Amino acid sequence: MTASSETRAPAAPAAPPVPADPAERGGVRHGVGTDAPRPDGVLKVTGEFAYSSDLWADDMLWGATLRSPHPHARIRGIDLTEAVRLPGVYAVLTHEDVPGAKYYGLERADQPVLADGKVRYQGEPVAIVAADHPETARRAMMRIAVDYEVLEPVSDARRAAFDPACPPVHGPAAPPEPGGAARPANVVRYQPVRTGAFAAGAGLDEVRAQADVIVTGEYQVGMQDQAFLGPESGLAVPAADGGVDLYVATQWLHVDQSQLAPCLGLPPEKVRLNLAGVGGAFGAREDLSMQAHACLLALRTGRPVKMVYHREESFFGHVHRHPATMRYEHGARADGTLVFATMEIVLDGGAYASTTSAVVGVASSMAVGPYEVPNVRVDAYGVYTNNPPCGAMRGFGAVQACFGYESQMDRLAEALGMHPVELRIRNAMSEGSRTATGQPVDMPLPMADMLARARALPPPAEPETGPGTDPRRLPGGVAGTTRGEGVVRGVGYGVGIKNICYSESFDDYSTARVRLELVGGEPAVQVHTAAAEVGQGLVTVQQQVARTELGVERVVVRPADTAVGSSGSSSASRQSYMTGGAVKAACEAVREAVFRLARERGLPPGADDALELRGGAVVTRLGAVVAELAELLADTAVEETRVFRHRPTRPMDPLTGQGDAHVQFAMCVHRAVVDVDTELGLVRVVELAAVQDVGRALNPLQLAGQIHGGSAQGLGLALMEEVQVRDAAVRNPSFTDYLIPTILDMPPMRVEILEHPDPHAPYGLRGAGEPPTLSSTPAIIAAIRAATGRPLAHAPVRPEDIVGLPVP
Amino acid sequence: MRVSFEVNGRPVRADDVWAGESLLYVLRERLGLPGSKNACEQGECGSCTVYLDGETVCACLVAAGQAEGRSVRTVEGLADGEALDPVQSAFVDAGAVQCGFCTPGLLVQTHDLLRRTVGAGGQPPGDDEVREALAGNLCRCTGYEQILAAVRLAAERAGGAA
Ligand code: FES
Ligand code: FES
Repeated sequence: MTASSETRAPAAPAAPPVPADPAERGGVRHGVGTDAPRPDGVLKVTGEFAYSSDLWADDMLWGATLRSPHPHARIRGIDLTEAVRLPGVYAVLTHEDVPGAKYYGLERADQPVLADGKVRYQGEPVAIVAADHPETARRAMMRIAVDYEVLEPVSDARRAAFDPACPPVHGPAAPPEPGGAARPANVVRYQPVRTGAFAAGAGLDEVRAQADVIVTGEYQVGMQDQAFLGPESGLAVPAADGGVDLYVATQWLHVDQSQLAPCLGLPPEKVRLNLAGVGGAFGAREDLSMQAHACLLALRTGRPVKMVYHREESFFGHVHRHPATMRYEHGARADGTLVFATMEIVLDGGAYASTTSAVVGVASSMAVGPYEVPNVRVDAYGVYTNNPPCGAMRGFGAVQACFGYESQMDRLAEALGMHPVELRIRNAMSEGSRTATGQPVDMPLPMADMLARARALPPPAEPETGPGTDPRRLPGGVAGTTRGEGVVRGVGYGVGIKNICYSESFDDYSTARVRLELVGGEPAVQVHTAAAEVGQGLVTVQQQVARTELGVERVVVRPADTAVGSSGSSSASRQSYMTGGAVKAACEAVREAVFRLARERGLPPGADDALELRGGAVVTRLGAVVAELAELLADTAVEETRVFRHRPTRPMDPLTGQGDAHVQFAMCVHRAVVDVDTELGLVRVVELAAVQDVGRALNPLQLAGQIHGGSAQGLGLALMEEVQVRDAAVRNPSFTDYLIPTILDMPPMRVEILEHPDPHAPYGLRGAGEPPTLSSTPAIIAAIRAATGRPLAHAPVRPEDIVGLPVP
Repeated sequence: MRVSFEVNGRPVRADDVWAGESLLYVLRERLGLPGSKNACEQGECGSCTVYLDGETVCACLVAAGQAEGRSVRTVEGLADGEALDPVQSAFVDAGAVQCGFCTPGLLVQTHDLLRRTVGAGGQPPGDDEVREALAGNLCRCTGYEQILAAVRLAAERAGGAA
């Protein structure tokens, strides 16, 4: 099966000839490059697939979390008496009951398992309850009396970044980097980048003098929620050895394990994690949520404990995308050639560090975008406040920067009287360019071609207006707010660049165990990794790799757990690259072992040493069968485990940002067409077309799904998604008040996929999940600007911005 | 309290139901039918969509007691034994399933749309009609493009079968 013709475009450069059966390539069905079906697809359509919230055990209890209503408060005391007395309540635990380490965190152990005398954000867990029914647990929580002394929250990220008098959210400031300046205590990371004249110490005025045209802009990106549908949930089962088995929806089992074990006071081998069905992730499952709480309750009560967040709780139960305020200045010559760019980016990390430091690394290194700029000055800050904690979300720091630089490119094009695509092509990076951090781009980067293709796509049909127009085709939709009066069309473009895999010298690896054996007389493969399938289709990719490498169609991917080595996180668009690479390496080792077995049996006369594994047999390159697997593996199984690492990366210099910090770069280009009701400030996106280079499409159908889904999340950020925070309190924690795109909000999405292989990556592939999330937001907002002439400096665009009213 | 009704053609009974429990809770936690999903429990997402006496409802908004004596059909009751309903196979084939958390609700809603259109001898629904019918079912993964493709495919298959 293939995607609809609308969503597929011919690959370029010329793809290998397609065999008659599109499901078959390289002698095996459903290998790499085909639309192999998901192995969990049927289970998911019959309702049998077990998500983390579906788990059930005899005798299980329900866990619940009491959260702080205040963003910042001292806890004077907690009285549990009434809660403990309630029939059906089995345990009520606070900070004092945490047996091991009291704090955890991905980058810094700064987050208490349960509040330790102080709460630093609204919704911070204070106490946990286990009871025989969720309603009993809720009633018990209402009986916990917490005596809070409410404190003034730090809610202004710019103040946290720059005002030395701002009260510290945590302890005092860390000592400055050698050679660096002291920073206010709330700065989690400051990362500058300096190139060209700025690196040589030139002042801004000196650099400005070289430009004919200068544009400046201040932009804001609101706090976006990942809004996965499957809530945080899991089941903790106490084990006979004093340990615990946790079944949970997460992105990285081993990093959960390494944070949990110390808190539980257990050795890691006694904290065994199993991946339960994951209902979407998008970064929100990178930090711990209910994991430690469920385990504590299970260990305390000796009974399985299930925890499931409800939707409102979920808004408080995971980190969000960092909101950003950004100040950009770009200078160019009259012909459009960029001369310089300066940017100051302030990212609000909220109450705990989470991945703020890595987000600052991405935002600063990607701040200038995919453009060649000789003189760059970046100052990026990630700060603590008492706002909701922020961390990973699809695009991870690059989304915010992209809205800034793409807005600037449009502003510059307008100032120069150039077409925005022409300006971008003039300054486009390509293979051989250097990034602002001095890293050579040693892989294809066909940005100019991608832009030209996006511009050349046929335009969608003209807007329909007037009486009788189907309201579903108009801004405001079925609300029927216009018949086309005041509706104006606009077209906009956006380009984004994202680093793929973990960066800045992180030891990034994945482990795979592959077993080849006979099952019922037929060769079959088992793949075992700890990599998290979160919906993206990684289980399919693992099967495809094994089929292609071993020539065996029957491949089972075992449930992911910590009984095998770490696969790293399902983040940074890295799993096809990393776990795909690990499965490939393990398969290659299995293949070599099979060849050794064949050689031990003696090769037929005339067979050279170059053997292949195809169609369930060891064959010579010319196809002569050396040995059937059915016979070779009659009384043995071949199993190999391999660890795969990408090429090493380097840290960013703390003063200049220089360093080969990244593994791979990936890009997407969007063209958005919108109709805007300029009187009511309503927008209908008419079409959202994407051109993306993926190096090599492992599964074109799934790949298109990633690009559609990423584009949709970018549309959400452009038009509707913002966690509203006032005085550090969240005002819209529900799907009634925090809107994500429905099927009525989404336009048709044409996708054109290019395949220029990256010579460093397995199969030449390029991580694909994140880039479309970057570029769709600025493309849509550019289209609204084109329709309305408004500056639109805030993502999401609000109706008030379009009609020119103050935003409350 | 005790609640008795029919699910997927079979009589069921739940005892000791607390009056505040929803039909969704009883299906998922008391009757061993966790196929219908809970993504909001307040009528915002459509993940819990089931048929109640032949009409689609959000099971999270139906009090368990309201189901007394009535007939419920869930995602678990769409397939005919091992044979998937055309809506189910179309979702798999068109790539409309990623994390799949929205899928059970979307399947029931799409099943209802096709029952009312091609199933009743009518035309397959156009994209605008599909979008309107599925507007109450949130999906965070797919951007809906392959869901639309799945509905077109299912309509084609269902039409062919009719
Ligand atoms: S769970 Fe019922 S509508 Fe969301
Ligand atoms: S497939 Fe994940 S929410 Fe729809």
